[in-house]
Amino acid sequence: MGGLLTTFELAFIAIAGGLTLGILVGMGRLSSIKLIYYPAALFVNLMRTQPLLLVIFWFYFLIPLFLGRPIGSFTSAAIAFIIFEASYFAEIIRAGIQSISKGQMEAAYSSGFTYWQAMRYFIIPQALKNMMPSLITQGVVVFQDTSLAYVIGVREFLRSANVVDAREMRSVELYLFVGFVYFIVCFSMSRVCKRMELKKGNA
Amino acid sequence: MEKHMLAYDFKWSILWEEPYGGWILEGVATTIKLGTICCFLSLLIGIIIGTFRITRYKPLRILAEAYTEFFRDIPLLVQLFFWYFAVPSLLPKDMRVWVYQEIPDFEFWIVVVALSLYSSSRMAEQIRAGINSISPDQFNAALSSGFSHYQAYRYVILPLAVRLVIPPLTTEILTVYKNTALAMTVGVLETTFMSQQVESYTFHGLEATTAACVIYMIITLVVVGAMGWIEKMLAVPGLITRKGASS
Repeated sequence: MGGLLTTFELAFIAIAGGLTLGILVGMGRLSSIKLIYYPAALFVNLMRTQPLLLVIFWFYFLIPLFLGRPIGSFTSAAIAFIIFEASYFAEIIRAGIQSISKGQMEAAYSSGFTYWQAMRYFIIPQALKNMMPSLITQGVVVFQDTSLAYVIGVREFLRSANVVDAREMRSVELYLFVGFVYFIVCFSMSRVCKRMELKKGNA
Repeated sequence: MEKHMLAYDFKWSILWEEPYGGWILEGVATTIKLGTICCFLSLLIGIIIGTFRITRYKPLRILAEAYTEFFRDIPLLVQLFFWYFAVPSLLPKDMRVWVYQEIPDFEFWIVVVALSLYSSSRMAEQIRAGINSISPDQFNAALSSGFSHYQAYRYVILPLAVRLVIPPLTTEILTVYKNTALAMTVGVLETTFMSQQVESYTFHGLEATTAACVIYMIITLVVVGAMGWIEKMLAVPGLITRKGASS
């Protein structure tokens, strides 16, 4: 059962890290400075063409090369998740920022705020709020995606089940149980998301 | 550290050395075959489930909704393992042995089943959203012009819906191709599997994995290009189209 904890841990790191990086990249994609815009756009589009599984492998090989020493599979998976999910979060954030009228930014500027202050206190909070349903949906996807850390040997939920299965030969019950747990978590999250959407529609 | 920062000996030539280059090509062929079969199957099931979700007949609607929620909320890898490990163990012993040993490409077809069911639930959502986004006025207008229910769907709603769902479906089709990478976990010899096999034989994991990345990128570009072409072919002149898709 320790596996479930690892899954939650991994999902939390991936969402927190991915969202932070995603906000930066999302802002980069709207930047008027070409030197920021193009790398951000390249990053997002490149990541989105890749299967996550391959990205996980890639970082698994790449990071030890840069550091010159091996790192644990958990760390490597966490980094891969943060970078991969950041590209998806960035697209959501970008849409969120674009949904806010230009006047807001101008109002902030004319009140004497700098770009960063305006982003920090006006634009990003509103963008996050507008995009909450999409962000939660993506969070659910991240939660499901953590099961892929299985391939490089992270002992998360699925891997633990796999290990137990190898010992006990009770595949049906085990995988039904694993599926059930994932289902409960994801289904309740998507309900929350639907409620929020309805609320927004009424307001 | 006096040494070069990357203490790694790049050797890109392994990619076209025999047998490694051949392995990767075989992997690409499997990826394309797998992805294409799954796309067609999931699109087919997705259309059926998507239409069920908007019928006026309630049991069908609930059934379809349960189907979508069920397959969407469980990670693909878990579903894959369920089909691969759990389902055969429900069979009687003789049959189980037969299934594992006699069916050619057993893993391949297991992935086809798992991936198609999973993807179809996502496609169904897109199709439902597409049909729902057409205003009921269109339908009413068709009815008042003397069309029957069936005709209204066939000649008014569906042609519009098909065009509307192409962009989101493109994303889903790409996801299907990307998800075929998961097939390696049950031992299907597709691109990712082959690149890892090259790694374990040569220890040149970085080159092999990069090659696989490039291959997936090319597949993506081809699919995007093809869907863009279809969209352009189907575009109704005079309607507002997506930026870049027309012209």
